[in-house]
Amino acid sequence: MNRLGRLRSHDDTKPWTGPYAPYDLVKELCIAVGVIALLAILLAILFSSPDEKPSTIAQWSKQMPINFVTTAAKELDGTSPTAEYGPPYNHNGEGQHAAFIDLQKWLGVSHPIDTANDFVVDPLETVPNNPALQSALAQYRAAPEKTQKAWGEAYAKPLEEYETAIEEKKTPPKTVALDPASGAVTVQASGAGPIPVLMGGLLGLAQSGGLDGALLTSNQFFQTDYTKPLLFMADGGLLAERAEGQHLLGEQWGMMNETGSYPGQTWLWLYTLWYQVEPFKASENADILVMMVMGVLSLALICIPFIPGIRSLPRRIPIYRLIWKEHYRAQKSVP
Amino acid sequence: MSIAPSPKTSWTTRTRESAVDALPPEKLLPDSQPSYVASWIYVFGVASIAALIVIIGSGVILSLKGPAWWHYTGVGHFINSIHLWAVELFFFVMVVHLWGKYWMAAWRGGRTRVWITGAVTFLVAVPTALTGYVSQQNFDAQWISTQAKDGLNSVGVGAFFNVTNFGQMYSYHVLLLPAAVVALVIAHVLLVRRHGVVPPFALGTARDSARVSPAVERTPALSGVDGPSPASSGAPS
Repeated sequence: MNRLGRLRSHDDTKPWTGPYAPYDLVKELCIAVGVIALLAILLAILFSSPDEKPSTIAQWSKQMPINFVTTAAKELDGTSPTAEYGPPYNHNGEGQHAAFIDLQKWLGVSHPIDTANDFVVDPLETVPNNPALQSALAQYRAAPEKTQKAWGEAYAKPLEEYETAIEEKKTPPKTVALDPASGAVTVQASGAGPIPVLMGGLLGLAQSGGLDGALLTSNQFFQTDYTKPLLFMADGGLLAERAEGQHLLGEQWGMMNETGSYPGQTWLWLYTLWYQVEPFKASENADILVMMVMGVLSLALICIPFIPGIRSLPRRIPIYRLIWKEHYRAQKSVP
Repeated sequence: MSIAPSPKTSWTTRTRESAVDALPPEKLLPDSQPSYVASWIYVFGVASIAALIVIIGSGVILSLKGPAWWHYTGVGHFINSIHLWAVELFFFVMVVHLWGKYWMAAWRGGRTRVWITGAVTFLVAVPTALTGYVSQQNFDAQWISTQAKDGLNSVGVGAFFNVTNFGQMYSYHVLLLPAAVVALVIAHVLLVRRHGVVPPFALGTARDSARVSPAVERTPALSGVDGPSPASSGAPS
């Protein structure tokens, strides 16, 4: 017997030769549609559906201006999560891998994003009538990459110290100050070149709502791709802060949940479960490992008829006696 | 005027004849079922189809009005709520149906393809729902898309399936994936009708009858209730 033959093995299921009973399939379907529709309508009336307004970059820059400037500085000096992501956005990171399987790298950069230019420099080019900003931009563009990097790091350092102090609930350093009236952020950073002017300009553009539109700019009039603004916002703190309040973080069973007390995507429970346990929880390659585990389990679901042991459980655990209770009772009553 | 008989070489004739051979009308829409089809568990299969019909119905209204409509009208929000709850019901009844069929070992008697199409339908329904969640244009969509991208990117899927691209996700959600689910459900139902509902285990049989027979697998017409059904054989029901 070949390997496939062994997998298929024996099946003693006989064609049914017993009695038949009238059964109206069409009526059953109509009743089912009616019942399910009524149930859905009832649930819609009782519980409605969630619709939390989306966050905008304008909101983020107004509510958390220091966080916005810190994120923008990281985008500029290439140290933000998106800047270091790797494929499919750029070549600055290796991406995730499992042993020799490096699918993220193999599929390449399909949505190229240069965070410094796409998130900071190019949007600032659109700001009109601001000679100081244009001069700072010209200075930044003319500088060698090494100098740009040094300016960026010098500007980002006090901001990172400020963020660390806030996270550790310590008194933040006075090198970063916020003017509550204007929403402007002042960063005392020596050797930062034109960066303070650039960041001030970007904060102003963001607070006016202009950056939301500028990040969608492409050759087309109609826009449907929100990759850039979403990635920029995801690098910052507003989305995560809202998500934590709505129990949507990874450690809160993240993606399967939904805002409010709605069931969300409960069918993703197994996928989300792996992120809560070791070794996945602490792994830098958690995503690919979880996806591979789920891929194997999905294949196993499809192949259950061929998997020894799993395919035999229904015979060994007699839940079928409950399912076909009437049938077996009728069989016993026949002399 | 007499009608000329269809030539046997006609593709149309051959397609019709093979379709009718595989599923004659009385088998496609039988008016009786084997007597063992008498359990509440059987309701969940048809309930899954019913929920899919409600999902498609409410989804069509949402599509016709455009993706932003439900955010600023009460009627739109209500239709969206029906759509959401129909999805929740769909997954609930489908999972119960799946478990029920597992405990029946419903792949027996040449029904392997019935099981496979059912399982694949469940797996395809998951991204269908996910693309709906990321097409909502609200905070849920923002958060779910920025989180889901990492899993998809890690296996290279993000290179061609970008959850942060609303336009792409909306196309997948309203057309491509629902079409795949509907096609799979149609294939699944036709296979169920062709092979019939799996018969119960024979009591007292020591052998493992949950396995698949190559002989029966190759000749589905000999399996399950493909035996003499009253509708096709004229036997009393």
